[in-house]
Amino acid sequence: MSKKSQSFFQGAMLKQALWDAFVRMNPQYQLRNPVMFVTEIGSLLTTVIFFMSLAGHAEASPSFIFWISLWLWFTVYFANFAEAMAEGRGKAQADSLRKARKDIQAKKLKTSNRLSGFDTISAASLRKEDIVLVETNDFIPCDGDVIEGVASVDESAITGESAPVIRESGGDRSAVTGGTRVLSDWLVVRITANPGETFLDRMIGLVEGAKRQRTPNEIALHILLVALTIVFLAVCATLLPFSLFSVHVAGQGTAITITALAALLVCLIPTTIGGLLSAIGIAGMDRLVQANVIAMSGRAVEAAGDVDVLLLDKTGTITLGNRQATAFHPAPGVTEAELADASQISSLADETPEGRSIVVLAKEKYGIRGREIHELNAHFIPFTAQTRMSGVNFDHREIRKGAVEAVESYIASLGGKMPMEVRKSADDISRKGGTPLCVTEGKKALGIIELKDIVKGGIKERFAELRQMGIKTIMITGDNPLTATAIAAEAGVDDFLAQATPEMKLKLIREHQSKGALVAMTGDGTNDAPALAQADVAVAMNTGTQAAKEAGNMIDLDSNPTKLIEVVQIGKQLLMTRGALTTFSISNDVAKYFAILPACFAATYPVLGHLNIMHLKTPESAILSAVIFNALIIICLIPLALKGVSYKAVSAYKLLRQNILVYGVGGLIAPFAGIKLIDMIVGRWMM
Amino acid sequence: MVKDTRQGWALLATMTIILVSLLSIAVVAEQNGNPAFQGLNIDQTASSLHSGGNMEGKEVRYGIVNSAIWATTTTAASNGSVNAMLDSFTPLGGFVPLWLIQLGEIIFGGVGSGLYGMIIFALIAVFISGLMVGRTPEYLGKKIESFEMKMASIIILIPAVAIKFGTALALSLEKGRASVFNPGAHGFSEVLYAFSSAVGNNGSAFGGLSANTPFYNIALGIGMLIGRYWIIVPVMAIAGMLAQKKKVPASSGTLPTHTPLFVGMLVAVIVIVGSLTFLPSLALGPIVEHLQLSGK
Repeated sequence: MSKKSQSFFQGAMLKQALWDAFVRMNPQYQLRNPVMFVTEIGSLLTTVIFFMSLAGHAEASPSFIFWISLWLWFTVYFANFAEAMAEGRGKAQADSLRKARKDIQAKKLKTSNRLSGFDTISAASLRKEDIVLVETNDFIPCDGDVIEGVASVDESAITGESAPVIRESGGDRSAVTGGTRVLSDWLVVRITANPGETFLDRMIGLVEGAKRQRTPNEIALHILLVALTIVFLAVCATLLPFSLFSVHVAGQGTAITITALAALLVCLIPTTIGGLLSAIGIAGMDRLVQANVIAMSGRAVEAAGDVDVLLLDKTGTITLGNRQATAFHPAPGVTEAELADASQISSLADETPEGRSIVVLAKEKYGIRGREIHELNAHFIPFTAQTRMSGVNFDHREIRKGAVEAVESYIASLGGKMPMEVRKSADDISRKGGTPLCVTEGKKALGIIELKDIVKGGIKERFAELRQMGIKTIMITGDNPLTATAIAAEAGVDDFLAQATPEMKLKLIREHQSKGALVAMTGDGTNDAPALAQADVAVAMNTGTQAAKEAGNMIDLDSNPTKLIEVVQIGKQLLMTRGALTTFSISNDVAKYFAILPACFAATYPVLGHLNIMHLKTPESAILSAVIFNALIIICLIPLALKGVSYKAVSAYKLLRQNILVYGVGGLIAPFAGIKLIDMIVGRWMM
Repeated sequence: MVKDTRQGWALLATMTIILVSLLSIAVVAEQNGNPAFQGLNIDQTASSLHSGGNMEGKEVRYGIVNSAIWATTTTAASNGSVNAMLDSFTPLGGFVPLWLIQLGEIIFGGVGSGLYGMIIFALIAVFISGLMVGRTPEYLGKKIESFEMKMASIIILIPAVAIKFGTALALSLEKGRASVFNPGAHGFSEVLYAFSSAVGNNGSAFGGLSANTPFYNIALGIGMLIGRYWIIVPVMAIAGMLAQKKKVPASSGTLPTHTPLFVGMLVAVIVIVGSLTFLPSLALGPIVEHLQLSGK
């Protein structure tokens, strides 16, 4: 995936972000974020005071006011820069997507008949329910459903995956996406989206963050930040009369300057998290895009972090796509090699994955090489629903393989009898969750081939991780309960739903939701759509039907069902990053008080100098250092905000302990060191 | 109902930790006596003859420790009765009851009202740090979302703002300043205490301020109107909202709110949020007075 290799600071992007950050200084834009708006007002106020001081109305030395004012502006600028950087990364992706939306010509059919003749029109003038013909090397003009034809389609513009996919009418592979290209054959497509509403349009909008709305959790955090801002506004506003009174009763010193008050206010209000909040949200969506998942809303990403129950399809997610042959169990009087040989011959022409796996197993175990079925002069008997068997006839030998009951009745019809031992080993295999296939030559049963679902490597460990995170995994399978139990035990899932029907899935989801749990699932087929619509986090496969994609709130472009686990982690990481920076921001304030308060009142009450535990050089350098630290910390935390805090799959208790230590205690200590360091530099330079 | 007594023990532990620490500060400050008397040949050490320490304004029958305990608990809870003159306490001894009221009288507090105040702080603690476990914050199985945060903000915000602006108003007007008897930072503490006690539903008086003037009667009355009683409305709104919400089953991914770690976190949030709001005013009152008196 070429999309992933995006360097952190790209030259052009950086330049764009630097400019965008400047444009965003517009107070009207800042109004959306009260924390930064207050900061900007503070910057503006100090700037005015600076010019007044130049005109002779000095409340402090003009150079001090100038530097405070400058760094307050920097604080606003840095916060804008963080947001611009986050959006810039999305924009770069949107641009590459936009290339897929060239001016496409569409062949609009008069009727749904392919031969009815067409008008060539611009894709932009297509509307819902129009019928178009797409031929080899044509671009598909708009999202739609295939109503006739089969074709291979290059969807790399959307998915980044170069291998073409098959699209055909009916069934679960009928959805086509505008901007993709037909490589062979032709399709008749019924358009399902108006221009501007297509999948590609939505995707561009999402990665650009243009239509980004605040998520519920972001809103709640925002309220807290606004409340803190109001508290600190009150603190600073009342500090002036307090200070005047103190000067009055102490009979010495001067009242606190407006510049110092503005500096104190900006240092106290949660600028760190306030400035980085939107960047964190955008970056979270961006991480999802880099994992090749498109979320229809930020709400869904957040919900992913809260998921309590994961519904996972067995096939493709927990097990490899198909059952595979793992062992031969010969009947009494038959050697394993004989059984393997017969099994291999009977499977040579069998193109099903099961059949191929038998050939592979015979080769691996007994070195039986592939033979050409024509050379053997053999006649292949294909599988039918009536016989439930397949096989070959050659040299007067008649080899059949199939379900045990089917083969048993076949042997009985020839006047033979199935040996007890064979029956028993078939039962054993069933009980262990495997599928027995019986092989017979004429009326002589040769033995059983054991087919098993192969559980994906490493999946058990992932489920253990999920359990640690407090997430319950439920396997969904069409298998019988016996088989399902065995696979569930092997894969280590917490629960399973056997012989699942769409109704049962829906019921299961509702059941968990009524207990207050959030349910996530993946799906691709039309029959998954109701369950997808009911689930809180629903990841639809890009290869899936239009119905599934509409019902889901995320689309996985790689169509990899295991991706759900990654999505959950991205959601958790997003929330954690917010929490960590909020905690950090608030605990920072303690040190800032110790820097600024003694500096503000040292002239009135010299004894307050005892609170200057950092031994900052002068009151001016103390206030300036705190302001500089406050601005620089935003820049320092941009990488963390964009990348997200590191996430390990451990219990909430351990995560909390670790994060409190790093961001809570760290947030208390770091500014003491940082402000002291800046003071040493600033103090020397201000001398 | 919560049906989990561990949650209650955690809140009780949080309250106890804060009470005991502040009580210790008050007792030690009072027992150490008045630094101004040092070198004046006045015996302030405890002996079999007298309790020693700062006995000014205290009943001889109660002595230092009982007076300090009463002062601390009367403001920790919204009791308001006194058995010693708070105005005559040492600066740090007076700081303790002042700050306890400003925290919102949540350390045990009045019947019910202390508990809900503490639960509001628990919600804020859960919200700030609960996000760090990567889930929407939950308390007692209920999700804490924007409505709860809005109400919690109002509950914390209104009294704090009322105390600050009331004090600021009194100190800005000649009428307000005229009632202050004591010079210097102590006079500031007296006004601050008057508004904290009125707004914070305590009712105890620091003393040293002639509050029975038309100005203070009206200003403190308005403070009471803003800060008392109706605060229960947003609290009930939170309760109603939480009651409607479905209970999320606890798992190992849920933030545990009964562990010592959470108790520590809750103490930190109360102290930090409380001190961030009132530290500047406390610095200009009791803290500066203490530093001046100790003559460092």
